[in-house]
Amino acid sequence: MKLIFDKGKPGRRGSSLPKMDVPPENAVPAQFRRRTAAKLPEVSEQDVIRHYTLLSRKNMGVDTNFYPLGSCTMKYNPKVNERAASLPGFAELHPLLPQLRRGGALTQGALEVIYETQRLLCELLGFADCTMQPLAGAHGELTGIMLIAAYHKARGDHARKVLLIPDAAHGTNPASAMVGGFITQTVASDAEGNVDIEDLKKHLGPDTAGLMLTCPNTLGLFDKNVQEVCRLVHETGGLNYCDGANQNAVMGRVCPGQIGFDVMHVNIHKSFSTPHGGGGPGAGPVLVGECLVPYLPVSRVEKRDDGTYTLRYHCEESIGYIAPFYGNFGIILRAYAYILTLGREGLKRISENAVLNANYMRVRLAPYFDQKVDRPCMHECVFSAAPQAKKGVHALDIAKALIDRGFHPPTMYFPLIVHEALMIEPTETESKETLDEFIDALIEVVKLVDTDPESILAAPVTTPVRRLDETSAARNPNLADI
Amino acid sequence: MKYYSEEHEWILVEDDEATIGISEYAAAELGDITYVELPMEDDDVIVGDTLGVIESVKAASDVYSPITGTVIEVNSELEDNPGLINESAEKAGWICKLGNIDVAELDDLMTPDAYAKYLKTLA
Repeated sequence: MKLIFDKGKPGRRGSSLPKMDVPPENAVPAQFRRRTAAKLPEVSEQDVIRHYTLLSRKNMGVDTNFYPLGSCTMKYNPKVNERAASLPGFAELHPLLPQLRRGGALTQGALEVIYETQRLLCELLGFADCTMQPLAGAHGELTGIMLIAAYHKARGDHARKVLLIPDAAHGTNPASAMVGGFITQTVASDAEGNVDIEDLKKHLGPDTAGLMLTCPNTLGLFDKNVQEVCRLVHETGGLNYCDGANQNAVMGRVCPGQIGFDVMHVNIHKSFSTPHGGGGPGAGPVLVGECLVPYLPVSRVEKRDDGTYTLRYHCEESIGYIAPFYGNFGIILRAYAYILTLGREGLKRISENAVLNANYMRVRLAPYFDQKVDRPCMHECVFSAAPQAKKGVHALDIAKALIDRGFHPPTMYFPLIVHEALMIEPTETESKETLDEFIDALIEVVKLVDTDPESILAAPVTTPVRRLDETSAARNPNLADI
Repeated sequence: MKYYSEEHEWILVEDDEATIGISEYAAAELGDITYVELPMEDDDVIVGDTLGVIESVKAASDVYSPITGTVIEVNSELEDNPGLINESAEKAGWICKLGNIDVAELDDLMTPDAYAKYLKTLA
């Protein structure tokens, strides 16, 4: 397919403007005027529409294809949420409005949405309070870590510099801890994929600020030792952080706030079905137990006694601003619509079906791959393509072959603790028929590893571009040189 | 004499200097390497400290020091040509040299034969 710059003809225009009748020197000062014409594609409106319509048809997304990208929760996003978010009363709000004189009265609906979403999340997850400010999961992690730091600092407990992070955690956990100024130490997993209690005990001490547990973890497993882990960390004076990115597996079943976690974030764009487009916008609300409430970032949405809502900016012990305005409001609104549509029982069934789908996939595919641990999984299952790799066909090749069969590939080479990992997360929104089609395609690919490995190594053959040169792209990310 | 760690670093000790890199096995597992973050000269490290980070098309991995010492030289060629580790992980693709080392710590590492056996257990 040609680039839009390679289409068209010199002089062709999308719209004809009347000749300018203002002398240019009167319109734009000389120093701001272009000396040479901008290098724009010279195409008609129809050329533009055809170009982008064709491009959009080459796009692969959850609205067109099964998208079992493990760890990312690419569930279908119900369009009713989009409808709610596009209501003019919400969509056309100016973010400064609530701060203007009498602006509060014009923004009661939006403030209520933020307040109510916080309240519903607190109830669902068992926490005392919540901030909707963080703009992504990792931003939520950083916010949570700043809260932990503020807690220890307020107590004059300056020796607590170490955050413990199990090796089955999300990669963002150690990164967030470092950015937050902590030193990180890795805690090993046991043979079953839980936190290794003996190894944890070795790391706990007076310098322990807390522990960050991704639960369910990146192997798709719920940590059986979670209560013991939380208890041990509390005993040494540390706080427990729950990375709730995988909360979609246990909604309505597990109350992290009640099993010993002091702070947690959830990924709205995962568990609560908001779009993942183009790296955002996301939202990573942070929930806290009583001990961390005073430190929550500003602004805070509060409900007055008369039932109206207001924003509070003066909270003495707050960690301050972490983001402009009130978080990704449009995303919060979609999540609110999603939660209200489903209700408590609906959310519970979401998780049940997510887990059921993943286990169906795990059991049907188990004969063809290796598994690090052979036990029921949560919302995603992880296989190792080690048996295929020995024959020269790697996880990457298998992923590429799936593209030719109309499926978005699963996540590859993650988590790092699994050799040749293929991480499959079907989500609850897929039917059994779709799961079977995917499983059958994957089995067909695995069989081809023995009979016709070349065809797998050549994949994909149905896409506009074949294998991308990822190495050059990473080593020399400079489009101008190409 | 050459030794290996369980984290797949190699260490070659000549006189009182140690050259450190990652094993050919580790380089092959990582795939095409796209970036290497080197330690700073004069950094003091102890066993298990992070010496640097290797990024490949698959993952970013820390390089751990298999020995205590002081960084006396880094392979700055890796900054422009990280693929050198893929081409020659255990020679031209060395990462850094340490002085001030404690040779007694080498006893905790594996000989080339022991490492070869260790690799077989990983398959």
